[in-house]
Amino acid sequence: MPSSENMMSKQTPIALDIQSLNVYFGEGHERFRAVKDVSISVAAGGSYGLVGESGSGKSTVLRAVSGLVTNWDGTVAVNGEPISKKREMAYCRTIQMVFQDPYASLHPRHSIDRTLSEPLRLHKFDNIDDRVNQALVDVGLGASFRFRFPHQLSGGQRQRVAIARALMLEPDILLLDEPTSALDVSVQAEILNLLSDIRKKRQLTYILVTHDLAVVAHMCDEIAVMSHGEIVEVMGVETMRDSKPQHEYTRELLEASEGYQPEA
Amino acid sequence: MSKPLLEVEDLWVRFASKKRVVEAVRGISFSVGRERVGIVGESGSGKSMTGRSILRLIRHPGEVEAKKIHFDGQDLQALSEKEMRDVRGHKISLVMQDPKFSLNPVMKVGDQISEAYRVHTNASKAEARSRSIDMLNAVQIRNPERVYDSYPHEVSGGMGQRIMIAMMLIPEPDLLIADEPTSALDVTVQRRVLQIMDKLVKERGMGLIFISHDLNLVASFCDRVIIMYGGRIVETCRADELQNAKHPYTRGLLNALPDIHRPKDQLSVLERDPKWIEDPSVDAFL
Repeated sequence: MPSSENMMSKQTPIALDIQSLNVYFGEGHERFRAVKDVSISVAAGGSYGLVGESGSGKSTVLRAVSGLVTNWDGTVAVNGEPISKKREMAYCRTIQMVFQDPYASLHPRHSIDRTLSEPLRLHKFDNIDDRVNQALVDVGLGASFRFRFPHQLSGGQRQRVAIARALMLEPDILLLDEPTSALDVSVQAEILNLLSDIRKKRQLTYILVTHDLAVVAHMCDEIAVMSHGEIVEVMGVETMRDSKPQHEYTRELLEASEGYQPEA
Repeated sequence: MSKPLLEVEDLWVRFASKKRVVEAVRGISFSVGRERVGIVGESGSGKSMTGRSILRLIRHPGEVEAKKIHFDGQDLQALSEKEMRDVRGHKISLVMQDPKFSLNPVMKVGDQISEAYRVHTNASKAEARSRSIDMLNAVQIRNPERVYDSYPHEVSGGMGQRIMIAMMLIPEPDLLIADEPTSALDVTVQRRVLQIMDKLVKERGMGLIFISHDLNLVASFCDRVIIMYGGRIVETCRADELQNAKHPYTRGLLNALPDIHRPKDQLSVLERDPKWIEDPSVDAFL
């Protein structure tokens, strides 16, 4: 949970530093700049929120950082070291991602055991057995889920598996792409609680992408608002709670999150 | 409010398989006047099935059974399939959740909208075209002529949703059933779509059943709210009084929502009581 401590103070090292990131889709005349000059720095142990509407480029930022989108320029530094276009194995051990749709992000024909142990095998970890069991316990599922398949789990349980998978390699940074938008509110509460607990326990750094301002206010200390590929405003969570954003667009988003207002 | 437009009594929706019968909706009764009624609940609570069963859109092996489904004095259960087709679209319209699956992918958007109009009126092609373009304008689509001649894959998701809404509104239905109509839309467009529906209710006296999982939105947009759980109505109240709801399920849902202005360390998790499934359904009449 965010506290009033200053996450950007000089003592805390920067876990993720993105400077003038541009991401392109298509080529030649068709080339489209989906992310325009985005700069973000997230302190180690911090929790940073990226909000915006569909098509604003917020997920694309995460996909560029995680290496799922390759056509980008700018600099991305993780723990002070700039990353190259070709990702090293070690990179995967520092940064992992949780995706939006738990119905699509787990391989339907791989058991939970295989899903969770595959990264361990690739990275030559020891004690695979114990690690898988422990991971399932950590996300609140328990070892009995180990040999089930995704279709035997509910949406919330699947998202717990996806979180467990992201934690298998003991990363420092977790990229969360709308982790609860496909879930019911009661399940959303469980998953958000789980994410807060894990962050506290393991001192992780979160970058959370969402369109839900209430979720971002609950989870993050610093929030960037994106629109049409650009960051229009960066603010602390207090500014948002007091409804004092500077930018017109942010105000509009905040207003809409309060519910429907009849035409003036 | 005036006399109800739609009256439903003891509605059941069952899906029978070889091994067991799944009861998606279990004996609910409600009525809708010329007002905005919100149905909220989690996935699997039966809210979408309720909307579909009114229009007899539940396919085999699903079965609908009710003591009464009356619309504007007419017994919908007594109608033949052919007569039912006259009701659908013309008198009761349904806006579905996902434009990707609800628009015909090999038919131009405009043709689909004007078809909806021409089926129920004797309008000429040219007339239907100009009405459709007006309707696209009304749902705030820029350049409606271009959109009229495009295929569904050429428009964005939010635009597809607005096209669906235009299509459902063009025959001027008396009752609109909107199943999560705005969950895929950007906030500004969402507001616009809600305003359009609001206007139709206020000015034309249309009835609206607004199915959603967004409690805040329903509380601020609707007149009355029906809360469903496990195929039954657990509670019903005036929308502006949703914050004071009494049922532990409704309370649990409200408390599970993060709030921008009231930060808390941990969100409260909904504890489900098996008794809720067994409790009798609450009637939600006008």
